Amino acid sequence: MLLVIAALTGVSYGIGATSFKLGLDLQGGTSVTLQPRIEDGQNGKVTGEAIDQAVEIIRQRVNSLGVAESEVSAQGTGVNRQIVIQVPGETGRRIVDLVGQTAELRFRPVLAEGAANATSVSTDAAATLPAGVTPELNAAYAALDCTLPANRQGGSSGNEAETIVSCDRVGANKYILAPAEVLGRQVTKASALLDPQGASGWYVTLDFNGEGTTKFGAMTTRLTSLPAPQNQAAIVLDGLVYSAPRINEPINTGTAQITGNFTQIEAQDLSNVLKYGALPLAFDRGEVQQVSPSLGADQLRGGLIAGILGLALVIVYSMLYYRGLGIVSVGSLLVAASLALLAFLLLGETISFTLTLAGIAGAIVAIGITADSFIVYFERIRDEVREGKSLKSAVETGWIRARRTVIVADAVSMIAAIMLYFFAVGGVRGFAFTLGLTTLIDLIVVFFFTKPLVTVLARFSFFSNGHPLSGFSARSLGIVEKQIPQVGEVK
Amino acid sequence: MAKFSGLGGRLYRGETSVDFIGKRKIWYSISGLLILASAITLFTQGLHLGIEFKGGSSFTVTSANASIQTAESALNEAGITSQTIVQKIGNDKVRVQTDALTSTQQNAVEAQLAAKYNVSIDSIDSQIIGPSWGKEITRKALYGLFGFLFVVMLYLAMAFESKMAIAAIISVVHDVFITVGIYALVGFEVTPATVIGFLTILGYSLYDTVVVFDKVRENTKGIAASGKSTYSQAANLAVNQTLVRSFNTSLIALLPVGSILFVGAGLLGAGTLKDLSLALFIGLATGTYSSIFIATPILAVLREREPAMQALAKRVGNRGDKVSTPSSITPEANRGPRNQPKRNRRR
Repeated sequence: MLLVIAALTGVSYGIGATSFKLGLDLQGGTSVTLQPRIEDGQNGKVTGEAIDQAVEIIRQRVNSLGVAESEVSAQGTGVNRQIVIQVPGETGRRIVDLVGQTAELRFRPVLAEGAANATSVSTDAAATLPAGVTPELNAAYAALDCTLPANRQGGSSGNEAETIVSCDRVGANKYILAPAEVLGRQVTKASALLDPQGASGWYVTLDFNGEGTTKFGAMTTRLTSLPAPQNQAAIVLDGLVYSAPRINEPINTGTAQITGNFTQIEAQDLSNVLKYGALPLAFDRGEVQQVSPSLGADQLRGGLIAGILGLALVIVYSMLYYRGLGIVSVGSLLVAASLALLAFLLLGETISFTLTLAGIAGAIVAIGITADSFIVYFERIRDEVREGKSLKSAVETGWIRARRTVIVADAVSMIAAIMLYFFAVGGVRGFAFTLGLTTLIDLIVVFFFTKPLVTVLARFSFFSNGHPLSGFSARSLGIVEKQIPQVGEVK
Repeated sequence: MAKFSGLGGRLYRGETSVDFIGKRKIWYSISGLLILASAITLFTQGLHLGIEFKGGSSFTVTSANASIQTAESALNEAGITSQTIVQKIGNDKVRVQTDALTSTQQNAVEAQLAAKYNVSIDSIDSQIIGPSWGKEITRKALYGLFGFLFVVMLYLAMAFESKMAIAAIISVVHDVFITVGIYALVGFEVTPATVIGFLTILGYSLYDTVVVFDKVRENTKGIAASGKSTYSQAANLAVNQTLVRSFNTSLIALLPVGSILFVGAGLLGAGTLKDLSLALFIGLATGTYSSIFIATPILAVLREREPAMQALAKRVGNRGDKVSTPSSITPEANRGPRNQPKRNRRR
């Protein structure tokens, strides 16, 4: 067992897991849980794809803040997932407003297109400006540096009736875009398909509703005749350009195809963007929690104090009550505690398990569960000794009986942990996870540490002869000494 | 401590015995009264639900001059007219709870609080729960509770006899009622942390019951053939034999929980740790009570209804002992010298 601990310590150093990953409630930060739903007045259902896309959009917004270790994830199952945003530190306050907005999809004709970095405004600007571009807008366009993540935040879809400057999502190009002519909600269907002849590879088709068909027809008819780049229509989601395909011909049928040497993934991503735009999700603020670093530090300290205090009290009690046998329980508790800490370290590195206040509480509660396994076993041994067995055989028969009880009891607390984990959200899951983990550790320790240790100790005469301090003395077991007359002796 | 250990031995041999099963009507009445009281307070007073369940906002300011009036004036200036609760936590913290706010209102409250207490806005700890989110949390907590009870019942029915599973679940439901009743009566706030603590304690209470039932099963193995004692008598002996263990378990479980409660309530004021450990504390007490006083008596009554067990009870009764079934078992009266503990085989 000690070898296992040594090996695990080695492994955790080996993969660089030297510190615990702390939850936001312990290090300070902002955590926002968003519940996606269909916007008011819209018909349709939340789909899994839409939530995935929403996570992508929000991740883009959050990453633009440049806070290290920010996390955006979906929690829960299927279409009931929530989007959880976690930003450590104090900068996170700004994100609360940023993340809650609905991302809209628009089709905007391109007026100008250029490389992503900032340029100086050309001097004879007025003469070459495309229609609808004011000098101010042109200056803003020139100054825009799309290589900076902060400029690719999205978050605002812009006024659809205005001309805007915009970056593409990856920061390769920047654009001046005309007012939107077709809106995302006018798209009815989008899908990624593979050309069976293989000529154009993966491509995306999209269908419009009646209004969309008319408007898309008008836009494409006008744009085809214009020179590049003004013959392009940008697909803009959440204020960022996802694609700006050139319009090859007027499309009046309400069905368009976008081709362009797409890989399968690129085509699917684009079709997901279009689908999402057709039925954008609104986000209800489910829960916002802002913990200042000082409160986080307080909570961490409180958790640690409670843990150490709890462990110490349990150790003192078991030493007092079980005397020599207490060494076994102290040893086992310490082994269990080190295994738990190592597990937290390793899981923090491998599956980014974060330790939250509720998680620490779960681990502390588990001290009781672990200690209880020893009590069950010790009491069983003592029962066997009371029945007249020698300590050596009592250790074995007591184990067989205690083992069952320990397994059943641990199974019940495992069920509790699993049920909690799957039904709960947020902090509760952290609690359930540590409770389950420590229950597992309890089983391992009892089987591979406590039991062998007791077997070994039973060979020493200190224990087997019932020394007063061993925890097996006749007196502490309540076996009444023979010479006391008032107990009727069996003749 | 040694005296107490000696008690363990006497309980084990049945020399000292508490009649848990025979006096079951007393325990049932106590629990019945408690459950009735719980039901009444639950309907009249209801539970004091935290903002996590009903939606709302909570702001905590840490400041040396943490006066409640300052917070109230800040709320006034921020234009919050709906119901608010302002509490002082510890020496240097003030917590403000309001109904659900819009994000503009939230910003206004934070700005006012920061200005009035002269602290940085980033040092205010806040929590905002949307109303629909609260419903979601409530739904999940209920699912968790029922799912847990269901799966555990299945598991216990597989691991033990079905009657043991029924008795264990009845005692757990009993714990649920009484704990909820205590929360309604005292008016403790119910938060998700409370629910976590509560579900954990259900596990713990079952764990306790499992250990007692394990002993019951051992004692009643082959009981019908031997005819030495009735099912109830054997079960009562099991409860007595595991009494020391139950006591130790509860105490050992209480030590870490007590330390969380001490730190949570004493050092940190309100929050996750306090809510969690309070629920654990209350649940632990009712859980230990019910596995001794409720679960085993119910099991004994269920089993005594079986024809084989009734026949057994008759046989034991016919042996001329004064046994009122179900009743306690004391070795002097019921078992005869043959069954006295064989002390001379000690060592």
